[in-house]
Amino acid sequence: MADTLLATRSLSKRFGAVQATKDLTLEVAHGELHALIGPNGAGKTTVLNQLSGELTPDRGRIYFDGRSITNLRVHKRAQMGLARSYQITSVFDHLTVRENLSLAIQAHNGHSFRFWRRAGDDPLIRGAIDPAMARVGLEQRSRVPAANLSHGERRQLEVGMALCGRPKMLLLDEPYAGMGPGGTVELTKLIRRLKSEVTILLVEHDMGAVFSLADRITVLVYGQAIASGSPEAIRCDRAVRQAYLGEGDNHHGNAAC
Amino acid sequence: MNRKTLAITGGAILLLVLPLLAALLDEPYLVTLFSRILIYALAAVSLDLMLGFGGMVSLGHAAFFGVGAYAVCILSVHGFEGTPVLTWPFTVGGHESALLLWPLAVLLAALAAAVIGALSLRTSGMHFIMITLAFAQMLYYFFVSLETYGGDDGMSLFARNTMPGVDLADDRQFYYLCLAVLATFLFLAHRLVNSRFGMVVRGCKENERRMKTLGFPTFRYRLVCFVIAGAGAGLAGALITNQTEYVSPGLLHWTRSGEILVMVLLGGMGTLFGPVLGAAALLLMEEMLSIYTEHWMIYLGPFLILVVLFAKRGIYGWIAGGTGNHG
Amino acid sequence: MLLFVEQILNGLQLGIMLFLMSAGLTLVFGIMQVINLAHGSFYMIGAYVGATVTAQTGSFVLGCLAALPAAALTGMVVEILVLRRLYERDHLDQVLATFGLIMFFNELTRIVWGRQPLFMDVPAWLAGSVELIPGVPYPSYRIAVIAVGILVGVLLYLLFTRTRTGMQIRAGASNREMAGALGVNIRLLYTLVFGLGTLLAGLAGVMAGPILAVESGMGESILILTFVVIVIGGIGSIRGALAGALLVGLVDTLGRAFLPLLLRLFFSPAYADGVAASLASMSVYLLMAAVLVWRPRGLLPAHG
Repeated sequence: MADTLLATRSLSKRFGAVQATKDLTLEVAHGELHALIGPNGAGKTTVLNQLSGELTPDRGRIYFDGRSITNLRVHKRAQMGLARSYQITSVFDHLTVRENLSLAIQAHNGHSFRFWRRAGDDPLIRGAIDPAMARVGLEQRSRVPAANLSHGERRQLEVGMALCGRPKMLLLDEPYAGMGPGGTVELTKLIRRLKSEVTILLVEHDMGAVFSLADRITVLVYGQAIASGSPEAIRCDRAVRQAYLGEGDNHHGNAAC
Repeated sequence: MNRKTLAITGGAILLLVLPLLAALLDEPYLVTLFSRILIYALAAVSLDLMLGFGGMVSLGHAAFFGVGAYAVCILSVHGFEGTPVLTWPFTVGGHESALLLWPLAVLLAALAAAVIGALSLRTSGMHFIMITLAFAQMLYYFFVSLETYGGDDGMSLFARNTMPGVDLADDRQFYYLCLAVLATFLFLAHRLVNSRFGMVVRGCKENERRMKTLGFPTFRYRLVCFVIAGAGAGLAGALITNQTEYVSPGLLHWTRSGEILVMVLLGGMGTLFGPVLGAAALLLMEEMLSIYTEHWMIYLGPFLILVVLFAKRGIYGWIAGGTGNHG
Repeated sequence: MLLFVEQILNGLQLGIMLFLMSAGLTLVFGIMQVINLAHGSFYMIGAYVGATVTAQTGSFVLGCLAALPAAALTGMVVEILVLRRLYERDHLDQVLATFGLIMFFNELTRIVWGRQPLFMDVPAWLAGSVELIPGVPYPSYRIAVIAVGILVGVLLYLLFTRTRTGMQIRAGASNREMAGALGVNIRLLYTLVFGLGTLLAGLAGVMAGPILAVESGMGESILILTFVVIVIGGIGSIRGALAGALLVGLVDTLGRAFLPLLLRLFFSPAYADGVAASLASMSVYLLMAAVLVWRPRGLLPAHG
């Protein structure tokens, strides 16, 4: 398919007795926000880790931007424009907001075997840093160490870092986890804004957010995709309702169909 | 003027006037002692580059110190005797010029660090500590087995190296040279930790996995940091050979690596001036304790444990009140 | 050929010593996730106490019986006073604090026993030699060491596969939280595991007494080899420790014995001996490097 940005073909990964990913075929089109949902232990993060290269699949292939990246190492994938954020926010606590973003920009502006000039004085970085802070609404917090940010701000920073390399695609791992109601609104606004700029694969538990944001949804159960389609189609899918929505969040499942 | 600037200025002035002080007090031994402190400070700062900034806990740093020391000593002795160091595959003669030998010592130490680093950095955590320790010990046994160069007993340097315009044999001139070398190294290190490269290395310390997903080939950066640290230790080794006019495998022994590590911790990890203070503190403490008892280690050991358990910020953090990690 | 058999046995005996050292230490690494440099100190304590009691009573057996509890008790006291506070700290703190312990114990033995090494005699009933293979007499004492090592190996195997405590230890090694959730008293378990490790180190120490000189700092040379064994075998794995220990023991011993002979075929004797000495002293480290390139997590890693 010409407009597919990311695809997997029979991706499989096993941890001892647990089949974490089973014959997964996934397609994410250019420009769409694709959500990956599933009950706890369905293997969603395992899929993300294989896409980003932090885990090697046992079988199957991964294609990104028209080429196979199955054997590419983590940093190469990132350099190709495949960025990710983590479920447990992963920013550099001892560095300031500015330094965090500066590092992320640095990753995509040539090599960093530059030993003399202060990183902050590098024109390549200086030009990009203010827009990067503005993009995630952290201009006022530039000198604050990441450790002192609120939970929501850390999430914003993390997403901001993932965006610094002008990625083609963003893997967001449960951005809403542990977020208070105030932060949720901010984050939804941010993701909605991002949708127009970058393709997103969103792994999320918050069904409200998923159904309001996603263009397409894939449902994962025991490492296997049991359904894939538009939010409406998924909401009404029988297998999904039995395996997943029927058990847990049934307030979303029943109302619409 | 804040406490940090005050502390650094104070320290610098003290080091600058130390030889005068020693003359006034009629204690020429102080100059020798402080030359030693400056040299170990250089080794400790170089270790802190990879440990405090890069998060690589190496227990084999003395290996590079020893390689630098042996390189200078072996070549100088051959130079003095006028005999070749190597006859095969090509002839290499000895030399006594510091301008030639010291860079060579740095280069050889860097080379050793590149090989050991490339192997050790394939692992992390506990593995890394044990492997750096083991490789350093391998070099230790290598020098022990070098019967031609004194084996277990080590070998003497007949005379300090030569340098145009500086008489290295004069203890005071040698002291100032060490001070100049340390100051230059500190300045370079300061630029380094704040450069793009320094940022990457510091990022790797905090979260290497994140650095990879940001797109950094972290292995390369960490290896280069390891090599730079090894080169610094090699330079310190070149100086110590000239200071003591003697080398032995003891320079590479793993307890030496442990001592350099202790200096970094004592002074303040992740700071540039901390290790200098740490080197001074440890060597002065040894010096003073050994006046009262030959069994000074019985006090130093528990003291070290207490420092680890209760005073992690080190002397520099205590004096300057900083949080570290910013050169 | 005779020389070869003898050297194999020597290698085996060194391997057994290393196994006793590394079995305990690899458990401490694997279960508590703590790097303990002071393991060699317990080996030294075992040797000193064993040598002293043997000299006082004239009985090697009594010496051994005193050395084991001495090492184990010292170990458990150290665990309670120092190590326990380090479990949640990073490896650097563990390295520095246990380095402090080494300084303390080395100096302590110098104060108590002086700077001169002690020498332990092989007990009379083990002083002879036995012809395991006709024509190859081999010292009975060293055979006894090998036998004790094998016995300990079997006991450890039974402990970990047949007893409740042993299985709890293994559960702890592969999953700390899991063991805690199963209601195992982790603190007590850790102290016991540490005590077991130091007991084995003490055993290795007292058995080394009649072979080596008992002196301050004797623990460090074997400690580094123990690390090499653990790196080769894989952290936390007893089977790995066994494999690594035998491999290191054999490579080291055979390298020292046969490299000079081998090189003399190609070079002048003086040159060959020099190069062989260097190579032999580095051989186990080169082995370690090779294993690292091939399998960075060791030959038989504990899990995964």
